[in-house]
Amino acid sequence: MQNETFYYDNKIVRNFTVATIIWGVIGLLVGIWVAFSLVFPEMNLSPWLTFGRLRALHTNGAIFAFVGNAIFAGVYYSLQRLLKTRLASDLLSNIHFWGWQLILLSAVATIPFGITSSKEYAELEWPIDIAIALVWVIFGVNMFWTILKRRERHLYVAVWFYIATFVTVAVLHIVNNLAIPVGAFKSYSIFAGVQDALVQWWYGHNAVAFFLTTPVLGLMYYFVPKAANRPVYSYRLSIVHFWALIFLYIWAGPHHLHYTALPDWAQSLGTVFSIMLIFPSWGGMINGLLTLRGAWDKVRDSAVLKFFVVAITAYGMSTLEGPLLSLKGLNAIAHYTDWIPAHVHIGTLGWNGFMIFGMIYWLMPKMYRTSLFSEKLANAHFWIGTTGILFWALPMYVSGFTQSLMWKEFNPDGTLVYVNFLETVTQLIPLYLTRAIGGSLYVVGMLIMVYNVIKTVATGSFLAQEEASAPALIKTYNAPKGDHWHRWIERKPVQLMVWATVAILIGGIIEIVPTIMVKSNIPTIEAVKPYTALEIEGRDLYIREGCNACHSQMVRPFRSEVVRYGEYSKAGEFVFDHPFLWGSKRTGPDLHREGGKRPNSWHYKHMIQPTSMSAGSIMPTYEWLASNALDTESTVAKLEVMQSLGVPYSDAYIANAEMHLMAQAEEVAAKIVAEDPDNTEVDPKEEMVALIAYLQRLGIDIQGEPNKHADATMAETLTAEK
Amino acid sequence: MLKFIKHNMETIDGVSIYPIISFLIFFTIFTLAIVYVIRKDRKSIEEISQLPLIDNANPHEKIK
Repeated sequence: MQNETFYYDNKIVRNFTVATIIWGVIGLLVGIWVAFSLVFPEMNLSPWLTFGRLRALHTNGAIFAFVGNAIFAGVYYSLQRLLKTRLASDLLSNIHFWGWQLILLSAVATIPFGITSSKEYAELEWPIDIAIALVWVIFGVNMFWTILKRRERHLYVAVWFYIATFVTVAVLHIVNNLAIPVGAFKSYSIFAGVQDALVQWWYGHNAVAFFLTTPVLGLMYYFVPKAANRPVYSYRLSIVHFWALIFLYIWAGPHHLHYTALPDWAQSLGTVFSIMLIFPSWGGMINGLLTLRGAWDKVRDSAVLKFFVVAITAYGMSTLEGPLLSLKGLNAIAHYTDWIPAHVHIGTLGWNGFMIFGMIYWLMPKMYRTSLFSEKLANAHFWIGTTGILFWALPMYVSGFTQSLMWKEFNPDGTLVYVNFLETVTQLIPLYLTRAIGGSLYVVGMLIMVYNVIKTVATGSFLAQEEASAPALIKTYNAPKGDHWHRWIERKPVQLMVWATVAILIGGIIEIVPTIMVKSNIPTIEAVKPYTALEIEGRDLYIREGCNACHSQMVRPFRSEVVRYGEYSKAGEFVFDHPFLWGSKRTGPDLHREGGKRPNSWHYKHMIQPTSMSAGSIMPTYEWLASNALDTESTVAKLEVMQSLGVPYSDAYIANAEMHLMAQAEEVAAKIVAEDPDNTEVDPKEEMVALIAYLQRLGIDIQGEPNKHADATMAETLTAEK
Repeated sequence: MLKFIKHNMETIDGVSIYPIISFLIFFTIFTLAIVYVIRKDRKSIEEISQLPLIDNANPHEKIK
């Protein structure tokens, strides 16, 4: 048969690889900054550089900039070669590349300025969300078009993983970011409270599954055989790995919400599927490692294979740890502590990072038609990076246990040993320092890679268009006798996509629909009223400053938490929370029962200088809240959006929102002055006043005390407040 | 907005059936996948697993 000559596009792969390296260094440097700012709180230099805001920049940078660009580089390189064709459209490839970089730049231009939806790993506001959806679709079209014009009939398993990644991330991203805009940079999630939490962690968990895992597994199934120069250990196993993984992963989200107000059946469902996930995950790990059978001697010399081996091992470790953490007993200890970041970083630094480094060291010399500048430096990177991971994770495991045990320790008389939450924080600071050093080592390794790559590039010459040839695909295919249904799927990318979509949708729908649709899942509490206009503004400041990065709003039904914080949280208390703010980590104490606990003046002084009220506090200072005037321009619009989402504000309340807001603000401000005679300069229009009003409202409704400001929100007439 | 959709679906009964359905679906697919990979013939498996190692030329001739 006639061979056709064509050219692989290396330029787009090179561009994404360079972007991976640049963004990787930036994203991880931000990580080092936030890690050190927990040890040296003075590093929270300005509103833009506080931990609450920068943490989101770091997570988005690591996930979407570092891993994201690497995925695209690896997918575009392997896709062309597995399908024996050039990418379908250079134009789409370039739009994809520049579009993605613009999105990342817009993250840098919004998140530090407090423009955030507060949903973890989905912080970007709605205009950027739309851009992400568009660019993602362009990626999908480019990929599918390429698949359709392929010269190889069979789709290798890596391509299945890419297809599953594309469809699932599209579904997750769209559903989780459904929101109603208030302005260009502000929106409210259409979901509230428990439902919002469930959707968020269905998204959050599957962002890990389908952005940080399935595409990287695709890369593993391509680049590990490539680097070891032998086929994957068991292709059969890879098929089981694929179907089991995409079927199971989509269900596991609720394990992020154990002991919360989420219905119990949903929590159990999350656990069962998480445990089952061990099997495909370990199947994948074994498959990856055993691909090196008979080639282990190569690992000694090859930095690429070293990186791959540790990456796959880290994949195995974190996919065993994850299911174990989903067991309620263990979760009760680990959740909200530093154990979780440790678990996550084994995944990102070990699995994702090391797969990416291995890929870069393999790809760049190939595309520049040379050999790596220094194998020694690459090996040095490997050892420094591995040490960095250990220095990162081990102290955080210790920290997680320490924290949890201190939270739960009781005196014989039934009182808490560590009544002051701060004691459990100051104890951890040496461990935070070690972690920050570990992170720094990891980045030092990356800088060595940057040098090595630059030197490699300098000695080589770039092959932008790589010539290749393969016979054209015959249009008609005569299936051999006894051909199997799965072979049919393997040849039909569209069918494969449809079935993969069905697989993930079944999980998503059955997990989420009942909780959203069935009223009885969220028992309503009559005493729970909407937030007042001032409190809504305060809540938006809480979101802007990223308070939820360190403070949860979810008291779990444990003796240790009820004694420390008060009554455990009920699902019905969050029905007006668009979005939910349960948080996922307690670097500071839970705030769900904060309302009424402390005087307004305490909060005021604490925000200006936390150490003035809690010596040794590592919380950033928020003095600008006292000098910034509260922007009430969109208050009415905010309430109207809330009303359209089902929050029962009366029309009368919205019409008089400004008046209600000022009345409450004056009261809050007057109380601060009354409590603290030294403070004579509290302006009711300060942002601080709104934030304090919100904090003082948290979790008090179930006490059933009359609250004239809250009652007014639903009153049809003005008189109700009087 | 959501309340308009919710309104029509509020009557879903027997939520407990969902985990059971989900388990059955998963179990069936998983079994099918296992049966399939066990029955699949060695030659085609080997052929596909060689795909990453061939960047160029006539892939099928090389294998056969």
